[in-house]
Amino acid sequence: MAVMNIREAINHTLHAEMERDPSIIVLGEDVVGGAGTAGGQEAIGGIWGTTGGLYAKFGAERVIDTPISESAIVGAAAGAALAGKRPVAELMFADFIGVSLDQLWNQMGKFRYMFGGKTKCPAVVRMIYGAGMNAAAQHSQSVYALLTSMPGLKVVMPATPADAKGLLTEALRGDDPVMFMEHKTLYGVKGEVPDGEHRQRFGEARMVREGGDVTIVACGRMVGFSEKVSDKLAGEGIGVDLLDLRTTSPLDEEAILDSVEATGRLVIVDESPPRCSLASDIASIVAARAFTSLKAPPAMVTGPHSPIPFARELERAWVPSPPKIEDAVRQVLAFR
Amino acid sequence: MQLSRDDLLGAYRRMATIRQFEERLHEEIKTGEIAGFTHLYCGQEAAAVGVCDHLTDDDYIVSTHRGHGHCIAKGCDVKGMMKEIYGRRDGLCKGRGGSMHIADLSVGMLGANGIVGAGAPQAVGAAIAAKLDGNGRVAIAFSGDGACNQGTTFEAMNLAVVVKAPAIFVFENNHYSEHTGVDYAVGTNKDIASRAEAFGMKAWRANGCDYFDTYDAMRELLDHVRAGNGPAAIELDTERFYGHFEGDPQRYRGPGELDRLREDRDCLKAFRARVGEAKLLDIAELDAIDAEVAQLIDESVTEARAAPAPDPASVAEDVYVDY
Repeated sequence: MAVMNIREAINHTLHAEMERDPSIIVLGEDVVGGAGTAGGQEAIGGIWGTTGGLYAKFGAERVIDTPISESAIVGAAAGAALAGKRPVAELMFADFIGVSLDQLWNQMGKFRYMFGGKTKCPAVVRMIYGAGMNAAAQHSQSVYALLTSMPGLKVVMPATPADAKGLLTEALRGDDPVMFMEHKTLYGVKGEVPDGEHRQRFGEARMVREGGDVTIVACGRMVGFSEKVSDKLAGEGIGVDLLDLRTTSPLDEEAILDSVEATGRLVIVDESPPRCSLASDIASIVAARAFTSLKAPPAMVTGPHSPIPFARELERAWVPSPPKIEDAVRQVLAFR
Repeated sequence: MQLSRDDLLGAYRRMATIRQFEERLHEEIKTGEIAGFTHLYCGQEAAAVGVCDHLTDDDYIVSTHRGHGHCIAKGCDVKGMMKEIYGRRDGLCKGRGGSMHIADLSVGMLGANGIVGAGAPQAVGAAIAAKLDGNGRVAIAFSGDGACNQGTTFEAMNLAVVVKAPAIFVFENNHYSEHTGVDYAVGTNKDIASRAEAFGMKAWRANGCDYFDTYDAMRELLDHVRAGNGPAAIELDTERFYGHFEGDPQRYRGPGELDRLREDRDCLKAFRARVGEAKLLDIAELDAIDAEVAQLIDESVTEARAAPAPDPASVAEDVYVDY
């Protein structure tokens, strides 16, 4: 198995899948970069470096730099998917879904249903999300709860390089619209990635740690934070079941319920504001379906109900952090 | 114009089908049997048919919330459409879409759309797909004068020019976006074609109440686009006989305006006069088509009424291919 980081895993998967399937096209702002400039094309390969080399290998017909027009990018992906292609649209920052939301929500997410199941829309929208780079309120949000609430869309959040490859491959082979969410602080995370074909089914959470005393449910960047906390607590003899959801739609409810039934205690770590969040969604599912297993009220570790601030001190205060996760675990353990 | 007798009879049949489909809906809606919002296309038949008569099932169109005419012109099954509008299980979209969301990908109809201006970027995407395959297909974005003010339309036109996509922006200017006049809502002297030109594409203008004018302009336009010149646009000056939605009392119309439209701007009347005077067809042949179409529409309503409703248990089916 090769060791690579998440950025490399995504780039590697795009190369491999585009080679395999000529119907895959990539489009977005500066996914090539440099068009119309004196310096020339392929100046950037995506501001996150994920689309580098695709232009050289697959050309301008399949790797399309677009103007800054998110509605047109996502709408064109929707139309190309209806016309038989497998478009991969990139939203440079997930916050920009506001500009393109109609095409995600009313259009690609609803085509199949509205058209009586006679249509499929195999589009992947890669979007870069999350806090941690002091990019402030309009470039830092984790919009997965919003997207998870929309029937017709699948929402995918890799936390490891292996999952980045496995989940992106699955997204590109499936026939539904997939919101593929890449946390901007995780691109450098390294790990082993299976060689050759590697597909990770959606809706299958990953048990990162098994401990038996308390269940932590997390996704994206929050998985790593929770892992740190779990390691620390293991030293004190506190065993954590840590679940990495991998996908929030579909959601592996059974894995969550199985673990909670065994531990009786639940902490949900969600990099979102608290209201109508993934945390509140999972808490409601557990309350409805595993109420009698619970030995303590579920704890939700989220940001406050506020936009994400700029200053380092403020952003750190906003993001769910290992100490806050640890506090929440101790709180549910102490509940009698 | 180089249209054979068969072409002319076919064009008339499609226009007459749209007209009778719409006139019948206008009556049936009053019975209360049809749920929801219905936006009638009646009056604009020459636009849809003049555009789509140049296309095959391999070409793509995206439509608007006033989509029945585009569906029929592109070849969607009329009985399936009627059942869909009646919300029946075996409607074209299993009763999930209704009037505003009819689609049939088997004939290149990528969907009517309830969101004004949403279709244009999708047409560009379909055109990008066609360009990549080099198969000569084109993608048409039907938009009204209302949609010409949506940012999506501007984004789509610019993107199409940048990537030289074989996309065609057909603006059907029926002078009303909902209940607001084009003179008020379109800032560029109510001229939509010049907006398309400003995005760097060639634009045509045609009388959308005249089948022949629309057909001829579209032929030139399609030659231009199929030759690889990138996107193009056409503004069709047309008329809407009914309101924005069915039940709209049209208080915004001037005195006598609707009567004058029916008298002077009826594309079917104009077609009949033209082919009659030029002795291209016998009026009796057109009357015979009218009678055949009337029977088809009758049957479609009868069958739609009798068709089974969808099973409530299927309410959440077909959201995903695989979940």
